[in-house]
Amino acid sequence: MLSLRGLTRRFGGLTAVDAINLDLAKGELVSIIGPNGAGKTTLFNLVTGLDRPDAGAVQFEGQGITGLSPERLAAEGIARTFQLGRVFGNLSVMDNVLIGAHTRLRAVKPAFPVIGPLLELGLALLRPASVKAEEERLREEVKAILARFGERLLPRVDQPAYSLSYANRRRVEIARALALKPRLLLLDEPTAGMNPTETAEMQALVAELKAEGLTILLIEHKLEMVMRLSDRVIVMDEGKKIAEGLGEQVRSDPKVIEAYLGHGLSGTAEQESAA
Amino acid sequence: MSSWLDYTINGLIVGNVYALVAVGLALIFGVSRLINFAQGSIYLVGAYIGWVAVVQLHTPLPLTIIVVAAAAALVGLIIERFGLRPLQNSVRIAPLLATIGISFVLDQLVMLTFSPNPRALPSQLPDVRFQVGGGTIGPLDLLIAGVGITSALLLFVFLRYSKLGWAVRAASQDRDAAMQMGVDVNRVNQAVFGIAAALGGVSGMLVGMYYNQIDTAMSLQATLKGVVAEVVGGAGNVPGAVVGSLLLGLVESYGVAVFGTSYRNLFAFLLLVVVLVLRPNGLFASARQAPPEPLTGTFIAPSRPVRIPRWALAVAAAIFAILPLFPVSFYVLQTLINAWLLGMLALSLTLVAGTIGQVSLGHAALLAIGAYTSALLSLTFAVPVGLAIIGGGLMSAALGTTLISPSFRLRGHYVSIATLAIGEIVSLVILNWESVTRGPIGISGIPPLSLFGYDLISPTSIYWFSLSVMVVLALLQGRLLTSHLGRSFRAIRDDDIAARAYGLSLNRYKSLAFIFGGFAAGISGGIAAHLYSYINHETFNTQQSILALTVVILGGLGNVVGAILGSVALVGLPEMFRIAAEYRILIYGIVLLLLVRFRPQGLLGTI
Repeated sequence: MLSLRGLTRRFGGLTAVDAINLDLAKGELVSIIGPNGAGKTTLFNLVTGLDRPDAGAVQFEGQGITGLSPERLAAEGIARTFQLGRVFGNLSVMDNVLIGAHTRLRAVKPAFPVIGPLLELGLALLRPASVKAEEERLREEVKAILARFGERLLPRVDQPAYSLSYANRRRVEIARALALKPRLLLLDEPTAGMNPTETAEMQALVAELKAEGLTILLIEHKLEMVMRLSDRVIVMDEGKKIAEGLGEQVRSDPKVIEAYLGHGLSGTAEQESAA
Repeated sequence: MSSWLDYTINGLIVGNVYALVAVGLALIFGVSRLINFAQGSIYLVGAYIGWVAVVQLHTPLPLTIIVVAAAAALVGLIIERFGLRPLQNSVRIAPLLATIGISFVLDQLVMLTFSPNPRALPSQLPDVRFQVGGGTIGPLDLLIAGVGITSALLLFVFLRYSKLGWAVRAASQDRDAAMQMGVDVNRVNQAVFGIAAALGGVSGMLVGMYYNQIDTAMSLQATLKGVVAEVVGGAGNVPGAVVGSLLLGLVESYGVAVFGTSYRNLFAFLLLVVVLVLRPNGLFASARQAPPEPLTGTFIAPSRPVRIPRWALAVAAAIFAILPLFPVSFYVLQTLINAWLLGMLALSLTLVAGTIGQVSLGHAALLAIGAYTSALLSLTFAVPVGLAIIGGGLMSAALGTTLISPSFRLRGHYVSIATLAIGEIVSLVILNWESVTRGPIGISGIPPLSLFGYDLISPTSIYWFSLSVMVVLALLQGRLLTSHLGRSFRAIRDDDIAARAYGLSLNRYKSLAFIFGGFAAGISGGIAAHLYSYINHETFNTQQSILALTVVILGGLGNVVGAILGSVALVGLPEMFRIAAEYRILIYGIVLLLLVRFRPQGLLGTI
């Protein structure tokens, strides 16, 4: 479904992503782990069009998508969350998640070239029945998505996102990604800053999404979660892929242990998973 | 050929003066990521302090330079300490608005102290010319070049070899890391503002001497030129600013040589727009850089808007609608008509600056486009006034959006610079395109307002007309905000990267915002043209842009009701207290500063 060939991105003298090859089959969940600064997030940026590679190619469902704009890739069904959390602070939870459904709006986004935007403006102002019905339908859908997070978000549906806790902002981001009805979902550290209970909830949700057949690329530091969820694990260090395989294989790979220990950034992999 | 040498020398000398302003801007940008819109005001202050020293105190030249540098540095320190330091932990839009407010306050203070009339600033140097090749240079040219080169060298030595200079460079590379290493960032900011202000002040004095004339209009021009030079060289890049300044000086000088003096500024702003479009990081920026990492929703102040029930709004509208039926004076009606016209402009700006986060400083240009279009349609083509005004709105929407579209990929402060420049370009084109706009003479004899063949001449009918147009525009905008477009605009404002990742095209939605906003502003300009019956290139000026911005901040960014409330307050209150016109802009500037400091979300809150 997704295939990366020799993907490379350099910042000045630093090669943040170095000739990465990666294949992801439909319905697969692949995790990317590695010490901080290994290039994981840069890799996500390259796949989602927020950054352009210096070399290499990205294919999605057989089509070359290298260097396409993020808008186009969202329309292709690629959704992502962000490492530091990028919700729209002044928008309500409902509006944040509705933005996720933006590429699916039909009634208000006529497909005519050039005059399309003007028609969109006209339809937004006039709001005929079809537009209202679509908006209503999407609102119901958003509520159903929010219900997947139990009582975490539903009671706060009209609150502005800036007033949410850190963990709830991460949940809003995931809800927003789900509203896009993605074919490929990229999750960048979905459990960062969450306590063990919250992490367990998030892990259950990701497992659910996988069971529903969603294709997922996951960046995560909590190794226990990675081991339980992943079909395969890819280890990155200094931009390179240093190991790939099933969870346990990778865990005992000497190169991986060295990457974590040798950099002395966060101690052993086990300690990091506990952190 | 000799004249070309003259133009080259002249360009380099003027460029040298710009460099003194631009280097200051670059230093400040490097350390605090802030484009200091008050830099031109310090330049103005420097010129007038120079005038006091030379004409009244008869100081010798070296002493004059020292006095001007010291006094300007003091002004810079005051701005840093009281204007900007309190905003350090505030939202990103706050320091931008603060420097705009400070600039207006300083300009007005100078104008009130010295009167707006131009003054002569003699150069104190012997009036001789030396032959150089085919051209000539005078002692003042040499002095300007000398001051430019000397200050560049001093600055280089300071940044390179002094401890504080190291701290400045460290802070400009990574502010947080510098703080953690024990660099006192406040002291660095002080040093930078002091140096920038001293350079700016001396530059203002030298330019005054060069042209033997100073006046209060110098300030905005200097800010614009300095910013152009800085952006051309790459924001925050000190050597780049020097090169950018010389390039700007040469481009202007050659432009004047070919096309004439009135085209000087046009070339400067075209250079800016070209650089912003082709190389937004400046001519000397290294290859494309990693996208900056903005924090969530920190551009505008988060707030919960005050919810006003619909019935209360309906009652307020009804009271204003029946007001002329009561015995109120024409003066009150006239004041409120002005408020409604400003209200339409504020609606436009609150959508553009508030809802989608593009802080436009050239919004008066949209008024001008609407006014000229409507005036010319009704005069030249005998289009009925009502239709002509709508034509003005449409033209403003189409032309305004087209002109601004190159800046759609810019963010934050750069948008403000681009809109300021585009506003100036519009005004210069109006001045120079005589065959269409009648140039400096302006357009007179514009027919009065009329609707379906009935002239609207009485204040009451004009009042009702402008009120109802504004209410219709406000209702439309309110409807827009509750649609998916309102949501999309606000998402782009809060985080354009996340918005793009969810399929929102910045070009498409920024265009739509400017089309809608341009229409409202164009309608306001169109009505104004028929009310005034005479307009010229100065009728719609930067002061109106700033007034509209103050209204928008006062009411709450993006807040439709707030924009109208702000207009009534800022037009009505000065009238009520009979404040003389020259003090009003001072008051607007102070209001802007106080709001940014104490209530950045405005009266009714950001939407």
